[in-house]
Amino acid sequence: MIPRYQKILLVALLIASLGMGFKLWQLRERAHKRLLAGETTAPTKAPDVAPAEQATLIAANDLDNSLVPQVHSLPLPADPGARARAVLGKLLDLYAAPDATHPVSGGAASVAQVFLLPVPGSTTTQASGDQLAVVNLTGSFAASHPSGLEAESLTVLSICATIHANLPNVTEVRFLVDGQQRPTLAGHADLTRTYLTADAAPSEGNRQ
Amino acid sequence: MLFAFVPLALFCVAQQPPTPSPAPQAPAPPPPRFVVVLDGAHGGDDTGAHIDRGQLEKNANLALNTRLRSLLSARGIQVVTTRESDTSVDLNRRAEIANHANAAACLSLHASESGSGIHLFASSIAPTQPTRFIAWKTAQAPWITRSLGLAGSVNSAMSQAGFSVTLGRIPLPGIESMTCPALAIEVGPQRDSDHKITAEPDNPDYQARVAAALAAALLEWRSDPTRTESRQP
Repeated sequence: MIPRYQKILLVALLIASLGMGFKLWQLRERAHKRLLAGETTAPTKAPDVAPAEQATLIAANDLDNSLVPQVHSLPLPADPGARARAVLGKLLDLYAAPDATHPVSGGAASVAQVFLLPVPGSTTTQASGDQLAVVNLTGSFAASHPSGLEAESLTVLSICATIHANLPNVTEVRFLVDGQQRPTLAGHADLTRTYLTADAAPSEGNRQ
Repeated sequence: MLFAFVPLALFCVAQQPPTPSPAPQAPAPPPPRFVVVLDGAHGGDDTGAHIDRGQLEKNANLALNTRLRSLLSARGIQVVTTRESDTSVDLNRRAEIANHANAAACLSLHASESGSGIHLFASSIAPTQPTRFIAWKTAQAPWITRSLGLAGSVNSAMSQAGFSVTLGRIPLPGIESMTCPALAIEVGPQRDSDHKITAEPDNPDYQARVAAALAAALLEWRSDPTRTESRQP
């Protein structure tokens, strides 16, 4: 003889099972409809590409130790950080080209991020809008960079000068490699210091 | 009678003009010390650049360091080196050695596979007036003007020896703690007019010519009248 409370419990469980099955079927139908509806909202138009603008790249030349401005037309995002990264990417693409005057492998992907921050210090610099750019390079770029005083210094100075040429508010530049501070780029150029963009102005070199 | 002549004789002796004895002369000042510090960059675990055929920059630097030391010693110039073997020497220790030597010139020797010819670098820190206390990391600041003068002498000698030379001012962490006219000298490959390499930085003949030109530059620097007043800024 089955006790009465067990009968009631069995019936309740049966009703709950049927209810859950019905709810599951409802959810499935709803998801199917949402999936079908999603097809109509799929993008049918490519996202807008930033318009091409003139950018000044300060390119290095190993043979005469010079930094020479070059004007290129390339799509530049509106966001200043992304803009700096795009410009530096183009500069490093030039260096990765086969006939580069300052051959460095890696190309645009070598710049992981560029962060723009207010220059730490006095209120006068903050009022003038001076900015510090923190350039995060990839470890593979540093590992494959030619080692030498001239080669490394030209890379660092050309990056500083290129940022300043396109974002004049950037007065100071610091470098990270894979998000970490690193003593040197490839054994020579000091990456622990803050570089002043005014010191990285282009020059015609001094070959004798 | 004899006693009468004794005072007369003494009087006459007293009246005689003194014999011209050699005037006491001040001892000639010793010639100013002319010490050159040679700093073969890198060493030990710090191999520096990889130059041709797997050769390491630290070895090329040490070889040039040894050649130049021999040439300078043969010309009577006192030389202090920061390393004589393949050992690792901290940048601060190198500066300490240079500063204790009270040197007239400090040369940090490098080699590189990139560029062409001789690359001369002085520190990019701004020159300052000497003060009683100098910050360690910018101790070179009062010496910058003299370092640029030394760069002029080296540039002149190198050009006369037929090398192509590039000059620059860049951050140089080790040199910026040195209290002497100081330069970093990077020997790049020698190239012809088509930019093809004709001599690698570790080529013995090439290094011998570079060392000879550097020795000539230091001899010129020794006779530079502005150099002696630069020993203590």
